[in-house]
Amino acid sequence: MQFMLLFSRQGKLRLQKWYVPLSDKERKKISRDLVQTILARKPKMCSFLEWRDLKIVYKRYASLYFCCAVEDQDNELITLEIIHRYVELLDKYFGSVCELDIIFNFEKAYFILDEFLLGGEAQETSKKNVLKAIEQADLLQEVSMLSSIDGFSWLF
Amino acid sequence: MSDVVEKTLTALPSLLSLDPQPGSAKLSSTSKLGNLIRGITELTSKHEEEKLIQHELASIKDQVSSPNTSMRQMKELMVRAIYCESLGYEASFTYIHAIKLAQQGTALEKRVGYLAVSLFLNESHELLLLLVNTVLKDLQSTNLIEVCMALTVVSQMFPKDMIPAILPLVEEKLNHPKEIIRRKAVLALYKFYLIAPNQVQHIHNKFRKALCDKDPGVMTASLHIYLQMIQENPEGYKDLTASFVTILKQVVGGKLPMDFNYHSVPAPWLQIQLLRILALLGKNDQSASAVMYEVLDESLRRAEMNHNITYAILYECVKCIYTIHPKSDLLEKAAKCIGNFVLSPKINLKYLGLKALTYVVQQDPRLALQHQMTIIECLDHSDLIIKRETLELLFRITNAQNVVVIVEKMLEFLRVNTDDYTTIDLVGKVAELAEKYPSDTMSTVFSVGGDMMQPDIPNSFLKLLSEGFDSVEEDRKLRLFAVDSYITLLQKEPGKLPQRFLQVISWVLGEYSHLKDELEPTVVLKLLAKLLDMKHTSSETKSWILMAMTKLCEGGAEVSVVREVSETYSSSMDTVLRQRAHELQYLSQDSELRAKVLLRDNAVQTCCVAGSQVDSSLSFLDGFVSEALAAGAAPYKPPHQRQEELAQAKALSLEPYGLSLPMSMSSCSITDRQSPTLLSMSSGLSGDSAEISHKGGSTSLKLDGVKRVWGREGYLPQRAAVEEAAQVEVPCTLRSPSQQGDPDPEKQQLASLFFGLSSQSSVCLMGKPEPTPHRFRRKAKGVTDPTSSSLISTPSNVEKLLCNNLLDSNIASELAVSSAKQITELPQGLKTASCDVEAELTDIADIKQNNPSLIVDNGIVAAADEDPDRPKDLCLISHLPAELSELCHSEITPLCTIQSLVLSACHLQKEDSLVLAVFISNSSDSALQHIVSCVSDSPAEDFRGHSVVVYQYSLTVKRPSIHVSIEGTVSFQLPGEAPQAAQFSYKLPLTIFIRPLTVSTEEYGTMWLSFSHDTKQNLTLIGDGQEALTATLNVLKQKLQLHVVEIIGQEGILSCRLLQDQPCLMHCRVHAGTLAVWLRSPVPDLPDCLIYHCQRALQEY
Repeated sequence: MQFMLLFSRQGKLRLQKWYVPLSDKERKKISRDLVQTILARKPKMCSFLEWRDLKIVYKRYASLYFCCAVEDQDNELITLEIIHRYVELLDKYFGSVCELDIIFNFEKAYFILDEFLLGGEAQETSKKNVLKAIEQADLLQEVSMLSSIDGFSWLF
Repeated sequence: MSDVVEKTLTALPSLLSLDPQPGSAKLSSTSKLGNLIRGITELTSKHEEEKLIQHELASIKDQVSSPNTSMRQMKELMVRAIYCESLGYEASFTYIHAIKLAQQGTALEKRVGYLAVSLFLNESHELLLLLVNTVLKDLQSTNLIEVCMALTVVSQMFPKDMIPAILPLVEEKLNHPKEIIRRKAVLALYKFYLIAPNQVQHIHNKFRKALCDKDPGVMTASLHIYLQMIQENPEGYKDLTASFVTILKQVVGGKLPMDFNYHSVPAPWLQIQLLRILALLGKNDQSASAVMYEVLDESLRRAEMNHNITYAILYECVKCIYTIHPKSDLLEKAAKCIGNFVLSPKINLKYLGLKALTYVVQQDPRLALQHQMTIIECLDHSDLIIKRETLELLFRITNAQNVVVIVEKMLEFLRVNTDDYTTIDLVGKVAELAEKYPSDTMSTVFSVGGDMMQPDIPNSFLKLLSEGFDSVEEDRKLRLFAVDSYITLLQKEPGKLPQRFLQVISWVLGEYSHLKDELEPTVVLKLLAKLLDMKHTSSETKSWILMAMTKLCEGGAEVSVVREVSETYSSSMDTVLRQRAHELQYLSQDSELRAKVLLRDNAVQTCCVAGSQVDSSLSFLDGFVSEALAAGAAPYKPPHQRQEELAQAKALSLEPYGLSLPMSMSSCSITDRQSPTLLSMSSGLSGDSAEISHKGGSTSLKLDGVKRVWGREGYLPQRAAVEEAAQVEVPCTLRSPSQQGDPDPEKQQLASLFFGLSSQSSVCLMGKPEPTPHRFRRKAKGVTDPTSSSLISTPSNVEKLLCNNLLDSNIASELAVSSAKQITELPQGLKTASCDVEAELTDIADIKQNNPSLIVDNGIVAAADEDPDRPKDLCLISHLPAELSELCHSEITPLCTIQSLVLSACHLQKEDSLVLAVFISNSSDSALQHIVSCVSDSPAEDFRGHSVVVYQYSLTVKRPSIHVSIEGTVSFQLPGEAPQAAQFSYKLPLTIFIRPLTVSTEEYGTMWLSFSHDTKQNLTLIGDGQEALTATLNVLKQKLQLHVVEIIGQEGILSCRLLQDQPCLMHCRVHAGTLAVWLRSPVPDLPDCLIYHCQRALQEY
């Protein structure tokens, strides 16, 4: 996978993850172009797009569009399922996720994505395992917070 | 599940504007961010937003630089900074703090720090270097989560040059007890493999271990690397086919833990990855394919559930079945599958069905026929993507009957399409069809495609029009039609037509408007003149129009129009236009001259056929050129070379002064084989090929000497100039277009010019006695058919050489092979003379009868002593010329055998070159004709029965790679039989091109600073204690021929050069029980390759 974008129906970018080195300018241009193209498409249209030499796979969940760019020989359907699994993960983590969760806790959304995809490839497809890894890290945070606040660091 | 998500998500966006409360309830700790976000959503104008963010950024800036800010506050600030950046506002002042946070924070703070770094910076950002130490520390941490974070950031982005620093630690993680760490480590290595394959070349066996990992997740991760490696070299991994099949069988059979299921399908990602690998392995390989049939069948059978994920697997399965060696019942099932896709009401599946059809239709056009109704429906689909894919499919099945309809459909699509990328692609396809199945659609193509199409499309169209088809009458009709339609177009609204189309129109009218009798030339001229007056007509188009006018004016009525035009443009600022205008002026006045210059109609045809009359070498200019050169003029350089040199002149010189390569070569290095000057020079050489070397190549010497006394590197040593004089360039280019961007093109050009150069000849020119006494008469057969064919044949030989495939990677590395043949023979391939020139030649490749006494005569008994137990080698070695036979030679390896011809080769190390000797022995009784060997264009010669011929080539490495291989062809002809050819290749490690380089410590210092390519790595020491460094360096010295410059305490410096003169410096330091090695060189990839060999050398020891 080359990159993943999340944007709202209003065209606001909510999340972006780039797996190929591109300059800031290129990134901005690409996301602007893609957001425009995808928002212009009708709901019953195909989820795949040819864009330059890439294949764009996108899906809309409520007010959010999830969009991935893969190479031409990659499997479009499985990319669609990657998007779906990511939505499932977000849903499970936030407990029926909504756009607001992603706006206000975008860093969490990034952590989940990083645990699910690494370097553009699916690394862990089990919902249970991804969330376990995230929760462990969260737990660690609380522990360290506790210890730094209450001066109980000797306990840990 | 997804339904639930969808419902919740649909319900919520309204809350954003009406009631922010429920959302904010979830934010407890990040309230500042919450306030910011809420603040922004309340704003109405972009201007207000900007103000708010600027204010926010200012406050962040204040706080991050304050020493009292705790790491926890820093984390919170960083999140806000990320938010501001994601809105498109720059917060670059926070970058350094993000790195600090990753370094000093604990747990989540660190995590936010890493996240901020990966979002803010990209691979090439210089601040990333500061992250390396943090990553190193975290990789060694005992805290699993910290290790995970480090591995995540490493596989997201890491500076390529810094990989060696962390590679050992990542490698170590492959043995970690936790599978999550192992998995992330494998993916990190995959990332390294993608960005710097050289760096991980030595750990391929570890990939294999990952493939056999007991955890399926780790194994899955390793498949990414394998897919990549197999794509590059399917042959190398055939042995794994059975293992991949077994894995797939187990997965399909549901042997994996439930964790891997996705919507009750077992590990679909793994399945798809395996199917892609199998497709690569089974392609064009019947035996490998046979192993797969069963499991593919099983996969097709199992994937029955009606869910996207099963379709994904089915699609991959079908692709695999059609890629590997075909099996009929599987193909049948796959075809049925495609049918289901195409007929599906789901649009995504329909799209994939069409895509699959496009893929298989070349093998089985019937399949498209079955679904033709669906395809026709898809053509009028409202979704452009579906239409586009359908057109792609139709393009593949176009034939003479359906071409008109299909092209019509494509043009229809082009008219509504707005995407440039698709337009360019599709216009190309239409043009291709129009050429294959001539029709009159090109006008539409030109007006629709506009100026965006590839420039060769109009060219090939015009060529098509002028060369015509089979019947004269048809040609006439087509041309008339073109003239007619173009006149009508011009009479309407020419202003809207694209420039390219106008150019085509003016050419056609110029050539063919006379075919239409009732058409007055004046009318056409006036139309064209109108075009000239249009504002947006480009000057290129204008010159096309002027040329057309030149063809049209025949005197009489049109003179007034012409005069007006030519007067206007003969004072134009544009030199091309001015020239055209003058041509027009003269030719319109002098009808006799005009008739001579501009042949009409049939005359044009004959002119095309008799193209051979054109002296493409421009030899008539030779005198002029050499006079000018003698007068001190600079030799011609093709524009791209000039540009390159210009670009280089602007850059800082990073080359060392002392080691200047024979730069003066570049002065006469004309690399473009189309260049007329080049051809003329070489034809000048070939005209008197025999004498020129004895004359001392006077002309060329003069050029070189005069021109390049001062090079980019300063004053050029005289020694070089003399040598170059001998090295008259051989008119062949080893440059391929892809190389243009290489950092040191000049050097590569140089290397390429070594092609065909002979060390012998330079010796000879410098006044030393001729080394070989064997003389024989030989007919320079050259090429039997006259003229141009010989011009073509040489480059094609060269291209063969260019195809050096590399062993296990696709790093382009080319060898400039210089033929050790006498210089007198070199221009032969290019020689245009058709007569049999009798030349007395001195040849080092001497032909001998199988006559034992000769061996003794040549005094090669010494060589015989060396290998008493290899009579065959000995026998071949004995054929080496005397000056080579004393050198140490490698084992003789057989290359190939065709009929009675046996090819074998060995290499010999000389101090300043590497010689490849190719032995061709003919064991049959009959004589062979026209043996043309090998790597370079050695000449054809007759070859008697039972004899051995030795060719020698001196090799130079153009671009370093770990191994280099030379490919070549030998072709020959038995009397009265058809010519035969065989290909062979010969593999060499880079090390044999390495020679010691003697420099002083001071010289080393200056050179070190000026080299730009470097690499670092830790190597194992040999032995321990004080002597470890010396012992290790001695091993390197012996095995790799490195020169030890100096050893001080725990540090040592070494130097070497790659033939001919490409230096590489090495700095070693003993640190924590390992040898930290730092290599530098002006040549890209050389340090990487050398470090690999150092590692090998130490391992073997």
